[in-house]
Amino acid sequence: MPEASTRPQDAALGSGLGRVLLLVYGIFALSASARALVQITTKFSEAPLAYLLSAFAGLVYISATVGLAVGGTRGRLIALVSCSIELIGVLAVGILSIADAVDFPDDSVWSRFGSGYGYVPLVLPFIGLWWIWRHRPRLETPA
Amino acid sequence: MNGPLSVVTIVAALVLAVWYLLRSALNRAPSRFDLLAAAVFSALVAVLVVIAVAGLFGDSRPTDTATFGGYLVTTIAFVPVGAYLARMEPTRWGSLILGIACLVVPVLVLRLQQIASVTGA
Repeated sequence: MPEASTRPQDAALGSGLGRVLLLVYGIFALSASARALVQITTKFSEAPLAYLLSAFAGLVYISATVGLAVGGTRGRLIALVSCSIELIGVLAVGILSIADAVDFPDDSVWSRFGSGYGYVPLVLPFIGLWWIWRHRPRLETPA
Repeated sequence: MNGPLSVVTIVAALVLAVWYLLRSALNRAPSRFDLLAAAVFSALVAVLVVIAVAGLFGDSRPTDTATFGGYLVTTIAFVPVGAYLARMEPTRWGSLILGIACLVVPVLVLRLQQIASVTGA
């Protein structure tokens, strides 16, 4: 069907595939922050670094969700920054959790590249950044 | 929590997920039937959650009651939220939203079963 590819350039960031991303980021915002909350309130001393990272990941997912939902120039910027941090975070924590398993017991969304979550946390920032890049503001006015 | 209703819910979720993903792959927006199916499925999940809540007042309360409650709230709200988003998105992506929502429900039910199996009683 041809109409699927004729998406208007000024369509909102949070529509189309963006709405799917909104749902998936929402799921991760909820699960990462809820997990961090439980970990920090019940067994913080066991692995403080991993649990603080859990909380940080939760905040990153929340701000990405908000950015996608808000849309516009500001929302796009929020989403862009969040997705970039998310990408760096999942790669850094993924590598560290394999190299240094003592500080990173299998306990955060980003541990071992998000293997506990079907590697979705690893793939998600790439899709998010690609989507935001596709929505970069065009300077030239359409004819 | 480990009764046949959980199995029915998981199977229904997976069947619906395959259907919605297929619809999305074929570039179909969610139809009235699709949204109705999501509503019926939400009702099934709601029954499961209500039975689980009733079970909380029995003698086999899960040790981690707070987490269990959090998962119950998420589970009952999940498909309705997905359907709400899908209704705003009358494109193939709406079908994908429903598909993802249905794929997450089995995970939630399995987690609920895990948490419920650890009882301090």
